[in-house]
Amino acid sequence: MIKFLLEKDTWQEVFDSLSKNKLRSILTMVGVWWGILLLISLLGSSRGIENNFNRMFENYATNSLFLSGGNTSMPFKGYQEGRKIKLNLDDAKKIKENVEGVEYVLPSHQLQITLSRKSLSASFIGKGEFPFNDVLAKKDLLWGRYINQTDIDEHKKVIVISEDVYKQLFEKDENPIGKIVYGENLGFTVIGVYKVVNFGGPQIDVDIPFTTSQQIFGRGNTIDWMTITGYENFDINQIDADVKLLLKNIHSIHPDDNRGLFGFNLGDRFDQITGFLTGMQFLTWFVGIATLIAGVFAIGGILLISVKERTKEIGVRRALGATPFLIKRQIIIESIAISLIAGFLGIISGGLILMLVNKTLGIGEDAFMRNPSVSIAIVFFALLIVITLGTLIGLIPAFKATSVKPIDALREE
Amino acid sequence: MLEIRELHKSYPIGGSSLHVLKGINLSVKDGEMVAIMGSSGSGKSTLLNIIGMLDEADSGEYILDDLPIKDLTEKKAAVYRNKFLGFIFQSFNLINYKTALENVALPLYYQGVNRKERQQQAMFHLGKVGLTDWAKHLPKELSGGQNQRVAIARALAANPKLLLADEPTGALDTKTSYEIMEFIQQLNDEGKTILMVTHEEDIANMCKRIVRLRDGVIMEDKKVTQVRAEHYV
Ligand SMILES: Nc1ncnc2c1ncn2[C@@H]1O[C@H](COP(=O)(O)OP(=O)(O)OP(=O)(O)O)[C@@H](O)[C@H]1O
Ligand SMILES: [Mg+2]
Repeated sequence: MIKFLLEKDTWQEVFDSLSKNKLRSILTMVGVWWGILLLISLLGSSRGIENNFNRMFENYATNSLFLSGGNTSMPFKGYQEGRKIKLNLDDAKKIKENVEGVEYVLPSHQLQITLSRKSLSASFIGKGEFPFNDVLAKKDLLWGRYINQTDIDEHKKVIVISEDVYKQLFEKDENPIGKIVYGENLGFTVIGVYKVVNFGGPQIDVDIPFTTSQQIFGRGNTIDWMTITGYENFDINQIDADVKLLLKNIHSIHPDDNRGLFGFNLGDRFDQITGFLTGMQFLTWFVGIATLIAGVFAIGGILLISVKERTKEIGVRRALGATPFLIKRQIIIESIAISLIAGFLGIISGGLILMLVNKTLGIGEDAFMRNPSVSIAIVFFALLIVITLGTLIGLIPAFKATSVKPIDALREE
Repeated sequence: MLEIRELHKSYPIGGSSLHVLKGINLSVKDGEMVAIMGSSGSGKSTLLNIIGMLDEADSGEYILDDLPIKDLTEKKAAVYRNKFLGFIFQSFNLINYKTALENVALPLYYQGVNRKERQQQAMFHLGKVGLTDWAKHLPKELSGGQNQRVAIARALAANPKLLLADEPTGALDTKTSYEIMEFIQQLNDEGKTILMVTHEEDIANMCKRIVRLRDGVIMEDKKVTQVRAEHYV
């Protein structure tokens, strides 16, 4: 068998048969090529989208939750319903001390702030933050830096703005670092510009030092939000429940009142997105495989059209002394050769498409996908499917023509 | 060379069956040139195909070159066909995407002859039918007569003992028919045994013996004086 595969004659026969039945060969190849191309570009693109999400995730501590006070919806311990709950720094401390599994509790203020510069002005939602926020929800900084400890200690009037703010207040390509913007009748020095990634809640466009906002807005001990992260091996949902229980206790909120505290849990969001990604992958495989199968069936159709012609040829070959084994072997090799060639073309053009997609969609900060690619294993798997199906379908005429008497094969017109 | 006794063959048609050969007895010696004649549907092709192992008889004996041909596996049959038999068909049956030379070389491929040797032998046989210059042409670029000459060269390539021809001149005009017959007569002169089916009396008379079929049996079997085709060309 090995000797047979190495013989020039074998491949000469394959080459003759393929090159002299051009239409049949080309149509067959187009079917396989298209299937592989689609599978590879779809899987690659979905991988690219996934990569992009992963890149967004990688800056976030996924086992974190956000909490703020809400309005009670039930009367409790002599309090009327509709009471506004205000969280404070003591709460943060108590949570850290009492809830098992809590790693960090990061308090922040939420601010409504109107910023102006030269003749431009606009209103934004901002936050008074600690530097540590940059660890929990790492900012994708386009310029400059985030708030640091000195800013906190010295109550500095510095500001980190989002790309949107930058676009509204600055000229295109203008370097904003060190420039002054005005808010609350004070001048803030811009120290950084970040890109917004939002997983829920209002979009935050402005960050100033916590201590600065405490002072300017006269906030005293009160806070609006807490970001709570758990240790890696603790279930964030359990922490979520424990924290809420504690806060309800402190603030005299009815245990069944779900409105008294408002919060969301990043773990849940990630699960949702991961679920979406899995769904997308599944869909891609489904579509890709379906296309491959359709492609192979198309080949089958084309081969069947040529079966009659082939059957007669096979009859002639048998009359000249070809054994059924020789005939089947030849046709299988032909099928494999054609699937392989088309498969490789599919892989190459699929790869080119991914490169093109990467060039057009995968470049820049707003990129929808990143580094779209497929694994070698997937490529081999796809090739294997194509070769297997291609061979099986190639066998139809071979079996048809060798299972009848040669005279019946010869009689086909 | 070949010996046939009480050969029967029927074809199933719908529910019933059509009894085509009803006990054929035929014996052909080395070097004979036999024409098989009979009206259309009398079973000439059926007989020839059984002799060629392309089809199987229902019952009866068939011995080819001292080998009983019975219940052969398809593999064995293929090997015998390759070694002993050469076929010439009415519709040539050349492989349309192969050149004249490649077509002639094909039986040698199945004999396991190496490429170079194949080309040489095929070229030699093409030369014998006068088509050296047409070696690289495809069947569609050749005339009917030329195609049949390629088919003859192909039948000869494997150096068979017995040549079977089913209406080899059936698709050709008279003049071309005689040219083809001239080649076939030459082959017979060189010692090949030839069995051919024909409808035409003049072609049959160019053989050395005429067997007439009717109603599934041999009605007449006689030696004739061979008319040489070259007188007509
Ligand atoms: N595969 C088949 N199935 C059913 N009937 C068949 C088959 N082959 C031949 N026959 C029938 O058997 C009979 C003999 O056929 P055959 O081809 O041997 O005739 P023939 O003498 O060669 O005729 P022709 O001169 O027209 O070629 C015909 O009636 C034909 O219809
Ligand atoms: Mg006939």
